[in-house]
Amino acid sequence: MSALISFAVGLLFGLGLIISGMSDPVKVLAFLDPAGNWDPSLLVVMASALAVGIPAFRLAGRRQTSWRDKVMQIPSARQIDRRLVVGSALFGVGWGLAGICPGPGLVLFGAGAAKGLVFVLALLAGMSLFAGFDRLQSRRRNRFSQRPGENDVRRTS
Amino acid sequence: MIIDWMHFTPWSALAGGLLIGLSAALLILVEGRIAGISGIVGGLLRRGEAGDYAWRVAFVLGLIAAPLLFRILADLPASRIETGPATLVVAGLLVGFGSRLGSGCTSGHGICGLSRLSPRSLVATLVFIGSGLLTVFVARHLLAQVLP
Repeated sequence: MSALISFAVGLLFGLGLIISGMSDPVKVLAFLDPAGNWDPSLLVVMASALAVGIPAFRLAGRRQTSWRDKVMQIPSARQIDRRLVVGSALFGVGWGLAGICPGPGLVLFGAGAAKGLVFVLALLAGMSLFAGFDRLQSRRRNRFSQRPGENDVRRTS
Repeated sequence: MIIDWMHFTPWSALAGGLLIGLSAALLILVEGRIAGISGIVGGLLRRGEAGDYAWRVAFVLGLIAAPLLFRILADLPASRIETGPATLVVAGLLVGFGSRLGSGCTSGHGICGLSRLSPRSLVATLVFIGSGLLTVFVARHLLAQVLP
């Protein structure tokens, strides 16, 4: 049942991207180019998505479980750290190079664009690279936490 | 700044945006999940709980099926990828790595995160729009004048 709902919701999301014009990289790049011929459509898309999203998340925030009695998996992180900023900055550079972010990339792939496939494969490679990097980082963190720290009592022999 | 009125499409942007918002609203209210595409796809690439895969695969298949369904009902609007293959690969790698490192992309931070008024998502959205603007400026207006 969850899979069926998720499929329908993904379909709706994709139709929204197509109708809004956001699956067209040329249109997205025209938004990111105010020094050229600026197309503000992306701002309208965000504003209207938020007009529905804000009340929905407000409603969701007051509930412990979803309408289908599932745990609300709302992110709890609050800290603005280096990962958030550096990651978003890198993402923005990639977005600016091609005008494609993950959602539209998958839609372009579905539309049969050969370049859409190229983008999606590179996207998956980038995500796998991150998964490897993340494992390495957490292993290093663990190793540090196992070492005696400054607060540990030194035994003198 | 010159607004390109010829190509500005406020009505279809409004309609499409409402659908995107509705999709994010349904996923959180019905399933308790965030409609962040990079998070949904990224979750497929790591070892997780067995029951955590099906809904992710189904959502991704829905996105991929959207242009197929659209084509049955109407003419699919043009999607023009004018970027060359080498740049496209670099772009994909950066989008994939960066969105995972920053815990979200245009959908997760830009729509869901801003919808729940998250300060983290506001920072992320401003940063990626900022670096996107800068990248396009450098590529189109600086490098284009230096390189023939």
